[in-house]
Amino acid sequence: MRFRRRRALVCRQAVELMSDYVDGTLGERDRARLEAHLAGCPHCTEYLAQIRDVITAAGRVEPDDLPPRALDELVTLYRRWRQD
Amino acid sequence: MGDDDVVLVERLRDGDEAAFRLLIERYQGQLLRLAASLVASSAVAEEVVQETWLGVVRGIGGFEGRASVKTWLFRILVNQARSAGAREHRSIPLDLGHEPAVPPARFTRTGTWASPPVTWTDEADERLSAKVLAGRIRHLLHRLPEAQRQVFLLRDVQGLPSRDVGDLLGISDGNQRVLLHRARSAMRGMLEREMGRV
Repeated sequence: MRFRRRRALVCRQAVELMSDYVDGTLGERDRARLEAHLAGCPHCTEYLAQIRDVITAAGRVEPDDLPPRALDELVTLYRRWRQD
Repeated sequence: MGDDDVVLVERLRDGDEAAFRLLIERYQGQLLRLAASLVASSAVAEEVVQETWLGVVRGIGGFEGRASVKTWLFRILVNQARSAGAREHRSIPLDLGHEPAVPPARFTRTGTWASPPVTWTDEADERLSAKVLAGRIRHLLHRLPEAQRQVFLLRDVQGLPSRDVGDLLGISDGNQRVLLHRARSAMRGMLEREMGRV
């Protein structure tokens, strides 16, 4: 999402840029405007920290446990397939 | 884990049943979760995952190591989900969503915070750990709209690069960025509400 006018960002606009900012996909001008806003806005700085928290925590989500029965079924299918 | 995966695939190619078991244990949960976001019911999702493993065995000779094993598995799964007829992915208009990152009521008329985000802390006043947040995210995943959930799962939970995700889901870079932005924003908002801060 881009804001073409050069006016300073307000918080409502800043939060729409955070995800691209974290990924490094924000255009140069928007990045500079966002960083200027963040430098003077503790609330948006906290918001950005929370978006980073979400991304970090998402990478730590554990896979669901696999029921042993499902694993046995698959190995049986594998054996059958190899025999065919 | 990447190199380890390649070794497992090589062992599987040689007919090693234990390697198959290890690969399943490692990826079954992730595949099920992705399948559940692609098809209509959990029963169909389980079928799609089972077909994916058989597809792995049949296509084992075709793995060339250009993509990671994880991307290769996910690609087989997405293809299985599509051919299962559970969803004609490309024929359904992509729902990008339209909700703002934060509800408008949280801002003043001039666009500054009226109800700002509150620092995430626990009883000990320390920032909540990634482990604690991860547990909550896992339970909230199903509440994300479908297209957002798929992109969030692949990018942030599975850690796949954007080009692989675009390829797997058949969506443009721009749409992927919008969906990821909305998913992360929605997840942040749900966590905030769940913690009773708002």
